[in-house]
Amino acid sequence: MARLTLDDLKKIKEKQKATFTLREGGYRAKITVHMGTCGIAAGAREIMTALMDEISEAGVEDVITTTSGCAGLCAREPMVTVEILNKPPVKYGDLTDKKIKEIFREHVLGGNPVEKYALVIGSETTY
Amino acid sequence: MEDLSLHILDIAENSISAGARRIRIKIIEDIKKNLLLIEISDNGKGMDREMFEHACDPFYTTRTTRRVGLGIPLLAQAARECMGDIKISTEKGKGSTITATFQYNHIDRKPLGDIGKTMIVLIASNPDIDFIFEHKKNGNSYILDTANIKKELDGVPINTPAVIKIIKDDISAWLNTTDNMIE
Repeated sequence: MARLTLDDLKKIKEKQKATFTLREGGYRAKITVHMGTCGIAAGAREIMTALMDEISEAGVEDVITTTSGCAGLCAREPMVTVEILNKPPVKYGDLTDKKIKEIFREHVLGGNPVEKYALVIGSETTY
Repeated sequence: MEDLSLHILDIAENSISAGARRIRIKIIEDIKKNLLLIEISDNGKGMDREMFEHACDPFYTTRTTRRVGLGIPLLAQAARECMGDIKISTEKGKGSTITATFQYNHIDRKPLGDIGKTMIVLIASNPDIDFIFEHKKNGNSYILDTANIKKELDGVPINTPAVIKIIKDDISAWLNTTDNMIE
């Protein structure tokens, strides 16, 4: 069985140290996946997995993902909130693998919110 | 919830909300004893008497965004559907432990599901929390402690994609071995 070795970690450490100091915790975008019971039951884990794959594929280092609890709109799960630095947060709902990939490319990388999937822009309250 | 790995993710999210710094997820598949045991323990803020007494009540929740809290009741239902049960122990200020047992070969027992995905999502989304994943199956065991990995990384975030990838590969390698194990 191939096991995780100290050497693997050391290699990554050396490589990352070079770029790490440049960003020093400065993130451009934060994506929050709502991971309450309702979100998980609706497929939030697959949304997070898809996002992590996209981030790794795009090779971006200034985008972080995190999770939060239920936002009170259980019927619209899976949901995510995308926050780009100095821009109003955008909440998306009824997500699928395909939609989140589109949102990642258009909004997170491109800077243009995908309005057709957005539940609310710029506020935590919804209609 | 489709499978038990999603229940585990859900219960671990409770631990995160409770401010846990360390979360241990233990899975024991004891086929000889026909037992599956899942235990999630944390060092979060624990529950007081009222919360503990209501933990299995779906119409009790600490949140204010909605009026129901289904995480623990759903896990309890999943366990009871296959002759199992859940047990909660908690101490205010110290942490909580939830243990669910299942009859391994019961026709209604949900499959374990992709526990690797659950662990990766937890580890990558909560870099400040230490996760211990322990899995035993038929005398073989696997343990992953992110605190040890962090020590070796010396300040490089654990959620760096390259680090997440080797953790993912490590868990997958273990799961592949257990899947091919002769029972």
